[in-house]
Amino acid sequence: MRTRYILRRLVAAAVTAFVAVTLNFLLFRAVPGTAVSNLSAVPDASPALRDALIREFGLDRPKWEQYVLYMRELAQGNLGISYDNRQPVAANLATALGNSLPMVALGVVFALILATVTAVLAAWKRRTVVDYASTGAAIVFSSFPTHWLALMLLIMFAGILPSSGTSDPFLINPSFWERTWDRLSHMALPSLTLALSLYGGLAVIFRSALLETLGEDYVLTAKAKGLSDWGVLRKHALRNAMLPTTTMIGLYLAFMVTGAILVETVFSWPGVGRVIFQAVLDRDYPMLQGAFLMLTLSVVVMNLVVDLLYFKLDPRIAA
Amino acid sequence: MSIVLADPDAPVAAGTDRPGRTGKRIIWERPSAVLGAAILFLFMVVALAGPWLQPYPVPQQVGPVYGPPSARHLLGLDDVGGDVVSLLIRGSRVSLLIGFAAMAVAMVVGTSVGVASGYFGGRTDAVLMRLTDYFLVIPYLPLMIVIAAIWGPSLDHIILVIGLLQWRWTARIVRAQVKSIRERVYVRRALALGAGHGRTVVRHVLPQLGPLLVSIGILSVANAIFAETALAFLGLSDPTAISWGGMIHNAFQRAAISSGAWWAVVPPGVCVTLVIAGCYLLGQSIEESLNPRLRVAHLSGRRFRIRPTVGDHPVPPVESQ
Repeated sequence: MRTRYILRRLVAAAVTAFVAVTLNFLLFRAVPGTAVSNLSAVPDASPALRDALIREFGLDRPKWEQYVLYMRELAQGNLGISYDNRQPVAANLATALGNSLPMVALGVVFALILATVTAVLAAWKRRTVVDYASTGAAIVFSSFPTHWLALMLLIMFAGILPSSGTSDPFLINPSFWERTWDRLSHMALPSLTLALSLYGGLAVIFRSALLETLGEDYVLTAKAKGLSDWGVLRKHALRNAMLPTTTMIGLYLAFMVTGAILVETVFSWPGVGRVIFQAVLDRDYPMLQGAFLMLTLSVVVMNLVVDLLYFKLDPRIAA
Repeated sequence: MSIVLADPDAPVAAGTDRPGRTGKRIIWERPSAVLGAAILFLFMVVALAGPWLQPYPVPQQVGPVYGPPSARHLLGLDDVGGDVVSLLIRGSRVSLLIGFAAMAVAMVVGTSVGVASGYFGGRTDAVLMRLTDYFLVIPYLPLMIVIAAIWGPSLDHIILVIGLLQWRWTARIVRAQVKSIRERVYVRRALALGAGHGRTVVRHVLPQLGPLLVSIGILSVANAIFAETALAFLGLSDPTAISWGGMIHNAFQRAAISSGAWWAVVPPGVCVTLVIAGCYLLGQSIEESLNPRLRVAHLSGRRFRIRPTVGDHPVPPVESQ
């Protein structure tokens, strides 16, 4: 049973990944005009240059052949060459990802802590001032457009925290601590924005999961046994409320990507989101295609991880 | 940042009241629903009465660039010297239009996919749900960016892009609900009496979905408005249309922050937040009233209700102390 569940998840993820790769191919071939006529570098290319480029990119071949070619190159990790800086897309993406991950991770961890604390308080003190205040705050924060929240923090912390980039280029011979501090202070505003814009939705979900759990009969039983409120919460409610919340986190990943793109745009953070934004401005289609594929596949993989984790948390689903 | 319903796969209990009564009860028993409905109503009135409320013509320079708030211009002037209050009023039309139009697109696609999937089951279900799964996991903003960049900036495109990427939640929730409705006795009886699939769906399945669709629809409006703001901020919306998202974009691009012109940035964001929060409060209240499990909590000491153990009929509340 256990292996069957895992296998089914793996197959489902593989199918989704295949759909993603195929649609990624189709999407960019469905661009009106050929890739060549859309090259920003050669808007009015001569017919000879155009033909040469079309041949170079293999655009004169039938679509299915292009598709096979695309899949073969992809399997070898070739995502194409960026129109913008003539570097391999994969290398550009690796750099960008290295910049994005620490900032996003910090934000997400902070969001999870904030969401758990406020949700537990709200569910425990249901229909009291605490509940109304924390749920109200969660709704307001999840209603803020992410980039607007970023701008508000920018106005509030102007002059106190650095507002753009990942580090101060004018530091002379910084010590290890100075450099770490510099990096962290640059990370503060983007991570805080991301955390605040993500926590609200998570808190609301977690609160209703907790409330559902608190309505179960085993909670009533536990309370009747004479367990303290905190004991009931910790031993019976929290663990079970983790289940629906974990599923939602999987579905929430797409929102995290959205948040990261907006935050990086505001704070000029040279991560994946900024790469996407820049690629749109420059009509850098290979870069855009590569970044989009990477994001989609990583969300598919993370969902798979969440699914397997879910299995670990709740062995009942295999039965 | 964005809004998700509690669990897309959980079928909610069907209301036992007649639809008309349920609607009134949902609104009036919950202060948050009243607040949400009031906010939405207010903005709709402003959007409809826009031309008469607007103090200055837009887009037109009526004062100095980034002029501060004054008695003549209550919220100051924007990056080209336009009156911010007038722009907000005009912007409400575009933002709400995009929100509702995209919602309509999403609801039509999502309901069709969800009903087909849940009603017919089997292979149809498998294929459609795989597709929905894909749409559920893809990072939708990058995809919207890609499509908006490829199609070019225009209001119709923005509406289509947002609508075509928002149907996924509707499809999942509707499917779960239809699957449970399909097994109910009256549906089977209708089928046994020789009703066609079309008639069964229209007469017996869709009416049951009503309140659920209203709640998803309201939440979709919020998501669509959020998406429009994000796309506009990235410069992918129609540059000639005046929308709240576009106002934030213009102010950010033209250094409103470093010029200290907060009045060009804060008001449009507040409007977006109010509308999204309004949709959320109303949609969430409806959803909560459809899911009776959320009403019970044994830990809250003040009052708790005992969950009905048999049948669908709610048991009157029991005061615990």
